[in-house]
Amino acid sequence: MMLDAAGWTALRLSLLVGVTATLVALPLAIWIAWLLARRDFWGKGVLNALVHLPLVLPPVVTGYLLLISFGRNGPAGRFLEETFGLVFAFRWTGAALAAGVMGFPLMVRAIRLAIEAVDPKIEDAARTLGAPGWAVFGSITLPLILPGVLAGAVMGFAKAIGEFGATITFVANIPGETQTLPSAIYALLQVPGGEDAAIRLVIWACIIALGAVALSEWLARRVARRIAGA
Amino acid sequence: MTLSVALRNRFGDFDLDVAFEAGPGVTALFGRSGAGKTTIVNAVAGLLRPDHAQITLDGERFDSLPVHRRRVGYVFQDARLFPHMSVADNLDYASRYGARASDRPRIIEMLGIGTLLDRPPATLSGGEKQRVALGRALLSNPRLLLMDEPLAALDAPRKAEILPYLDRLKAETGLPILYVSHAVDEVARLADHMVLLADGRVARAGPLFDVMADPAAVPLLGVREAGAVLRARVLSHDEDGLSTLQLASGHVQLMGVQAPVGAEVRLRVLAQDVLLSLTEPEGLSAQNILPVIIHTIRAGDGPGAAIALQAGSDRLLARVTARAVQRMGLVEGQSLFAVIKATSVAQSAISGAAT
Repeated sequence: MMLDAAGWTALRLSLLVGVTATLVALPLAIWIAWLLARRDFWGKGVLNALVHLPLVLPPVVTGYLLLISFGRNGPAGRFLEETFGLVFAFRWTGAALAAGVMGFPLMVRAIRLAIEAVDPKIEDAARTLGAPGWAVFGSITLPLILPGVLAGAVMGFAKAIGEFGATITFVANIPGETQTLPSAIYALLQVPGGEDAAIRLVIWACIIALGAVALSEWLARRVARRIAGA
Repeated sequence: MTLSVALRNRFGDFDLDVAFEAGPGVTALFGRSGAGKTTIVNAVAGLLRPDHAQITLDGERFDSLPVHRRRVGYVFQDARLFPHMSVADNLDYASRYGARASDRPRIIEMLGIGTLLDRPPATLSGGEKQRVALGRALLSNPRLLLMDEPLAALDAPRKAEILPYLDRLKAETGLPILYVSHAVDEVARLADHMVLLADGRVARAGPLFDVMADPAAVPLLGVREAGAVLRARVLSHDEDGLSTLQLASGHVQLMGVQAPVGAEVRLRVLAQDVLLSLTEPEGLSAQNILPVIIHTIRAGDGPGAAIALQAGSDRLLARVTARAVQRMGLVEGQSLFAVIKATSVAQSAISGAAT
C-alpha cells in the first residue's frame, strides 16, 4: 500500500488533474446539457456530435487533435499563451485539459438526462410568478437536477483520473509534471522489477474510483431525500 | 381593470382566431377539449407566442413582455408546486418577486392553508395542493388571474372543498379572472361573464346570465347541460325540507338549499327540466309554476327546440320537441306557464353568491 516518492507524486498529480478537469468542465457541461435538453437551434445535431466525439474517437486521435490545436504551435495554444499566459503543452494543465475533454461527454449525458426529467411546466410556473430565466434555472432546475449533476461530476472525475491515451499523446509522460496514475503504472510495467510499485498504484486507483462512486451515491441520496421533502 | 384579448394562431390543422374582453370578476372561457381555451390563457401568460396577438390590460400593451414581467397569476390544472420546497417556501418564492409579503397572512387565512406551511407538496391532497397553488399565484401580486381548469383533476368532495375559497377570492380580490372550464356547473356558479368557444372561434360572449339563457348556446353547452341561471333570495327553510326562494316573477320551492335565509343565491335550472303549459296547470305534482312569455324559439338540428322565456326580469330556458312547439302552436310573445320540479334543481347548481 505504501507508495514511494514517485508514486505519491503521480497520485497527487492525478487528483489535481482530476479535480481541476471536473471543476472547470462541470459548468460548461451543465450549460451544454441545458442547451441540448431545452433549446432548439440550428446546428444542435452538430453540437451533440461534437460533444460525443471524444467518446467514440480513439483517445490517441483526441490527444493528437489536442496537440495540434493546443500545442505551442497550435492556433488555440498560441492564442492562449499570448493572451493569458496559459500553456498546455507538456504541462499538468494539458493533462487536465485532455482529462476534461475525455470526461466531458459523460458529464453532459448524465446532466442532460437529469434536465430532461424535470417537467418544463414547473419552470413555466416559476416564470409566471415573476422569476426571470436565470433565476428559474438557479432556484428550480438546478436543485432538481443536482443528483444528475453529481453523477455526471463523478463519472467525469473517474474518467479524468483514468485517462491515458489522450493524455500521453498530448502531454507525454513526464514524472512530476504530466505523469498521472495510469501513465505511471504504464511506465512501471515497461521496466523490469517495476511490478510491485505498479500493483500499489493499481490498488490506489481502485480506492479512488470506489471512493468517488460511494461519495456520489451518498450525496445523491441526500439530495434526493431533500427534494422529496421527507 | 379590463383585459382585452385578440389572438390569431395557426398550429397544424388548428386555427385559432378570437377576440374578447374580460373585466373585473370571473370571465369563463368555456368550450370542449380542443376549442382553444388553454392556448388562449397560455398566450395571455406569455408561455405561448401566437402568430398575432394584441393583449392589453387597461390599455397597456402586454403581449411583447416576457412571461416574468407580465404579472399574471396562473393556477394550473396540475398545481405545479415546486417539489423541492415546502409549502411556505413555495409561497415565499412568489412573494420574493411579487413583493406582497404584507398580504401573506390574509391570503393564508383566506385559503385555509396555515396548517400546511411546513409540509412538502408531495404529502398534500389534490385540494390542498390547489389551494396552495392559488395562494402562491396571489402572492405574486398579479394584475390578473388565469385559472386553467383548476378543479378538473379533483373529485367531487375536493371540488366542493375548493369552491367556497374561489367565491371568497372573487369577492375579496377584485382582479380580472380568466377561468377556463368545460364544466357548466362550475361556470354557472362562479362566472360573471362567459366566452363560449367552438373550434377556435368565439361563438357567444356576454354576461353569464344572458349567455346561459341564450337558446343559441344550447348546442354549445350540450343539450343536457344547457339551462338558464337565475338570481334568487332564500325566503325560508320549511319543516318538510323544502326551501322557498324568491325569483323576479314569483316563488319557487326547492330541495336541499344550504344558504341561510336572506342569502342571495344562483339557481341553475336545466332547460330539459322545464315543462311548458298553455293554461295554468292544476292537479300537478310539480309545485313551481311561473307565468312566462316566450321570448325566442330556436329550432335545433335534431327533433328538439330551445325556447327562451321571460319570467319577469328573469330569463328561463326550456327545451321541448319541435313537434310540441307545432302542436301547441307556440309563437314568440305568447304568454304561458313554466313548470319546474322541486327535485330537478340539484344542490350543486345552487351557489352561495349571486353577484
